Amino acid sequence: MSDNHSDKHQAGSQSEPASTSVDLEKRKFLIATSAVGALGCAAAAVPFVKSMTPSERAKAAGAPVEVDIAKVAPGEMMVAEYRGQPVWIIHRTKEMLEKLAHHDAQLKDPKSEVPQQPDYCKENDRAIKAEYAVMLGTCTHLGCSPNSRFDVTPDWDGGFVCPCHGSKFDLAGRVFQGSPAPTNLVVPKYHYLTETTLLIGVDPEGKA
Amino acid sequence: MTNKSVTEKKSVLAGAIENTVNWVDERFPLTSNVKAHLTEYYAPKNFNFWYFFGSLAMLVLVIQIVTGIFLTMHYKPDASPLDGILGNPSVAFASVEYIMRDVPWGYVIRYMHSTGASMFFVVIYLHMFRGIIYSSYRNPRELIWLFGMGIFLALMGEAFFGYLLPWGQMSYWGAQVITSLFGTVPLIGPDLMEWLRGDYLVGDATLNRFFAFHVIALPLVLLGLVTAHLIALHEVGSNNPDGVEIKKTKDKKTGIPLDGIPFHPYYTVKDMVGVVVFLIVFSAIIFFAPEVGGYFLEANNFVPANPLVTPSHIAPTWYFTPYYSILRAVPPIGVSQFPGVVAMGLSVVVFAFLPWLDRGAVKSIRYRGTLYKKWLFAFVVSFLVLGYLGTVPADKFGQFGAWLGKADIATVVARIFTVVYFAFFLLMPWYTKRDKTLPVPERVTG
Amino acid sequence: MKIKNIMKKSLLALALIPSLLLTQLAVANESVHLDQAPIDASNHDSLQRGARTFINSCLNCHSASFMRYNRLQEIGLTEKQIKDNLLFAGEKVGDTMKVSMNKKEAKVWLGVAPPDLSVEVRARGADWVYTYLRSFYRDDARPTGWNNVVYDKVAMPHVLYELQGEQAFNHETHELTLTKPGKLSTEEYNTLIGDLTNYMAFMAEPGRQQRNHLGWFVLLFLGVLLVLTYKLKKAYWKDIH
Repeated sequence: MSDNHSDKHQAGSQSEPASTSVDLEKRKFLIATSAVGALGCAAAAVPFVKSMTPSERAKAAGAPVEVDIAKVAPGEMMVAEYRGQPVWIIHRTKEMLEKLAHHDAQLKDPKSEVPQQPDYCKENDRAIKAEYAVMLGTCTHLGCSPNSRFDVTPDWDGGFVCPCHGSKFDLAGRVFQGSPAPTNLVVPKYHYLTETTLLIGVDPEGKA
Repeated sequence: MTNKSVTEKKSVLAGAIENTVNWVDERFPLTSNVKAHLTEYYAPKNFNFWYFFGSLAMLVLVIQIVTGIFLTMHYKPDASPLDGILGNPSVAFASVEYIMRDVPWGYVIRYMHSTGASMFFVVIYLHMFRGIIYSSYRNPRELIWLFGMGIFLALMGEAFFGYLLPWGQMSYWGAQVITSLFGTVPLIGPDLMEWLRGDYLVGDATLNRFFAFHVIALPLVLLGLVTAHLIALHEVGSNNPDGVEIKKTKDKKTGIPLDGIPFHPYYTVKDMVGVVVFLIVFSAIIFFAPEVGGYFLEANNFVPANPLVTPSHIAPTWYFTPYYSILRAVPPIGVSQFPGVVAMGLSVVVFAFLPWLDRGAVKSIRYRGTLYKKWLFAFVVSFLVLGYLGTVPADKFGQFGAWLGKADIATVVARIFTVVYFAFFLLMPWYTKRDKTLPVPERVTG
Repeated sequence: MKIKNIMKKSLLALALIPSLLLTQLAVANESVHLDQAPIDASNHDSLQRGARTFINSCLNCHSASFMRYNRLQEIGLTEKQIKDNLLFAGEKVGDTMKVSMNKKEAKVWLGVAPPDLSVEVRARGADWVYTYLRSFYRDDARPTGWNNVVYDKVAMPHVLYELQGEQAFNHETHELTLTKPGKLSTEEYNTLIGDLTNYMAFMAEPGRQQRNHLGWFVLLFLGVLLVLTYKLKKAYWKDIH
């Protein structure tokens, strides 16, 4: 459909007086048809654009997941799956938590100023309860999944190292200076259903 | 802002547009193409109702391509059972239902595509009928007609290949029957059939290759042929309901046909009315009756394909039924069904010979004699009756008595109309020449 | 003009087609009479009762693997109601109606794997489903002891016989008679099956109502556009005529 023709085209093509003076009737319906037609085209585009958004199946697969964390021993971690991504749940011991306070100077964003976590996870070493850290195991550099390095050495307090480009994170998912990764690891929305079950993907207020 | 500054601003804008167009024109024939195909393509001023269907065919082609692209984003050509559990519907069947239910707005896109398939044939058949009643196929428009026949054949291929994709019972058994037809070819038949299927029966390999044909091979052919069809049309100019060549009487000064008007804006605004009427019918079907009583979407195709159970009655989709009737009507020679297959093929291809079969003194039906009109009427009736008979089982209306060897009534009727169908073409040189035609006016009327 | 005659004749020929179709319908009806199913997509109570029957009785063997539980919200159920009343342990509202029964084993028991019922009504028609579920009768010649008037030698036994009771079929008069009443009266059983069929019709195309609703807006819009394009065409063509 070509709605956008102007009166100009017919000038010269047909020997008639209409082309010399502006034909108001033509103009009126030309504008009206173009406007309504454009509206129709826009409306017709909606189904096509919307069809590319996540389907019901994708939404069902991306629904919040319940995770039982009772079996994660202190000092260990487990990996859950949420929307196809690994979610780490790390049971941090007292020693681990103490060490987290000692290397702020080496971190890019020690206070977690960049909103890579929900507001309720800014304190407590980026967790609702400090004993259990929950974060997406996806490097903020290019999306690889970092490996855990929990063995403590004199110059390493325990954390994660990305196999792709060597980004280093501590046990709160905070990135060390000198890493290619720009920001701390993402903490997803989650809350406690019971003492030992998490619901990942939903805020404590119930917002998805 | 004063009036003056408004005009100044406008002229600045107009100047910028003009400069851009000039820049393009030095590198690409934009303006000359717009002139040649739209603003200075002179079409006869007396087009009637029948002349809507060419532009509508273009519209449906666009609808099919766009909806097809979006369906391809979700459809999976895979005949294996869902979740790998034997007895489950196939992945392909499931992906169609996935589009219908889980993809946002997917059902609208799918119904547009399924309705578009049938409406394509509605529009093309009416377009072809127009070509026949006004003899638009005749000199100098034979090539337009041949390109059009190519489009028609490609379209039949599109419809056939596309129909397998939902992998329902009708999809499966339709493809099984049609590929079996190739098995009747003498000598090479069985090998040919196996080669087409890529398996001993219609299977996953068949589905995948049909998908490839449907979404890329034939659409490319279609687009090429449509371009050729239009280039040829714009080279010789459109025919019209009077069958008078408007290029014969031109304005002496300008060289413009006196009975011609620029396609744009006159026929663009007129075709838009036709487009909206078409969209009303199209939307009414999509939103209120997408199955059209089983003619556009067959109930049996909501049963997943099952190679072990043939449905009690298989019929092709309605647009193939006239030819299918002819296939069934032609008796086998010995055990070979090949004559029926040949007759079916001929019944489609025979349209291509019309430019050379028609020996009439006039083009338009307006000036033809009664002899031609009677034959045309007989052809239209046989096309419709054969089309109907192709949708029902052969024993539908019972049998004749022993005096006719207890033949199926439907089959005998189909045979009679098959003869009429072919007679319309084969006897055309004779009856069009004998026809008492009326004098044709110098210029177009009305 | 002569062309008018031809057109008239063509129209006559076109008129012939529906009459032929009607004879086809008449012929089809002679074989097995189907009762009209009480389909009402706006009756949410009926649809909810049907959904419950479907999930409790049919879903043990038949899957509806294209139907997601959360679409039951379209017939007036809340997510919580679905979760509390209709889901089996461990299922989520976004899941489809799968079945735990092993299809291979089912094939051994019944001779055929129970078909998925998601689009059964689109394949067979609501009237067929409604009649079929009310037409089981005792037939000792069958391995299951059951046969069906509209589906001869059916593999499925009469699952709801406790509710309907037992019927006998007279092959001469083609009549079904209740020989042993069940827990429900005939009327109650018909309502139960009516609701079930209504639900299965909904399940076959959950978007149907939305589609019909949207259709009116589309047609209204196109009607306006038709008037405008027609006026536009007139405005241009007044130069020609």
